Amino acid sequence: MVNVDARGLSCPQPILMTKKAVEKKPESLTVTVDNETAKNNVLRFLNSSGYTVSIVEDGEDLQLIAKTN
Amino acid sequence: MIGKKGMIMAGGVVGLLSVVLGYFGNPANMGYCIACFVRDVTGALGMHRAEVVQYARPELMGLVLGAFIMAKTKNEFASKGGSAPFIRFFLGALMMIGALVFLGCPLRMVLRLAGGDLNALPAAGGFAVGIAIGIFFLNRGFNLKRNYTLVSTEGYIFPMLNLLLLFILVVFPGLLIFSEAGPGSMRAPLVLSLISGLVVGGMAQRTRMCTMGGVRDAFLFRDNLLLMGFIGIFLIALAGNLALGQFNLGFAGQPVAHTETLWNFMGMVVVGLSAVMLGGCPLRHLILAGEGNTDSAITVMGLMVGAAFAHNMSLASSPAGATSGGKIVVMVGMLIMLGIAYLNSELADSKVKGDVKVG
Repeated sequence: MVNVDARGLSCPQPILMTKKAVEKKPESLTVTVDNETAKNNVLRFLNSSGYTVSIVEDGEDLQLIAKTN
Repeated sequence: MIGKKGMIMAGGVVGLLSVVLGYFGNPANMGYCIACFVRDVTGALGMHRAEVVQYARPELMGLVLGAFIMAKTKNEFASKGGSAPFIRFFLGALMMIGALVFLGCPLRMVLRLAGGDLNALPAAGGFAVGIAIGIFFLNRGFNLKRNYTLVSTEGYIFPMLNLLLLFILVVFPGLLIFSEAGPGSMRAPLVLSLISGLVVGGMAQRTRMCTMGGVRDAFLFRDNLLLMGFIGIFLIALAGNLALGQFNLGFAGQPVAHTETLWNFMGMVVVGLSAVMLGGCPLRHLILAGEGNTDSAITVMGLMVGAAFAHNMSLASSPAGATSGGKIVVMVGMLIMLGIAYLNSELADSKVKGDVKVG
């Protein structure tokens, strides 16, 4: 399980960190962000990279749980 | 989500308001220039004594308050901060000095192009080069570390100070300094300026419009969404200038501009690189500060102090050209920024790990 902690960072950093993790082609990964813009951008990126994403809200944190299709 | 059409329209509104503000009294090609507004406010508060650029521009307070009101309405106001505050302050100051060597922020650069000022072309090249350098470091893991949720009052101070400044401007203008000649004496009516600020502030909060972000995302992700704002500003300002007969193509004799190509270029390299490192252009930081982000509020304070230094120590260019002090600060500032970018990227990490022997 690959975890990317992008909390407290604003774009483009969350996307760049996700991109780096995705380059290793993990079967599943979790990206944690804490703002809507980052969530939307990372979601768009993960979807276009061939992952199915479910989102879990945990207080201020937003977890994007991605699995390969 | 805001689509490309929405972004072009938002940019178009900024372009239109710039021309309208210029028509009703703001300096030419400066209808909407964030660096100039900040510099003029700094002067109005007496932090610098350049007598021709002192006026508490209501557009500026309008931008912050417009973003504040919009963020509150949309439940997006949040007190955040604590990500390398002093580096941000310092980069903000350098960003302003770079802008004043060119004589404009990225927004005014577009407006100058739309007014036919060809000196803005090398500046645009410099801006793109600065952003490309920043992207080099972003791709190597550059960041200033995360921000945190802070006590809720933290985020209110900056917008409230803007409200206070607006109150002083309207009720106790005697406390502020007003230019009697030069660009600072050229001003659109207060109500028009304020409303333009509020409208653009609210819109920029919704669209996340950012001049640096447009170029950065186009380079980095082939994502042209933010760039559409830029294009909207240019096209509408160009059309407006042509319609009002304010379009004047050429290099020489342009309003509040100089013709030294190298320094127009270098000034904007500094702005481009610092904007990438800070995550936004001056406009974006005003908006973020209105949303409660105090890293951005500190960046704006850096812009003000940079403006004060630029004018107190003759670093700002004049229509006669760049000053020797300005040239030195631009070059030394570039080196310092490259150092900060390097030290906060993976390039420095791998060096340290390689050099230090564990055990």
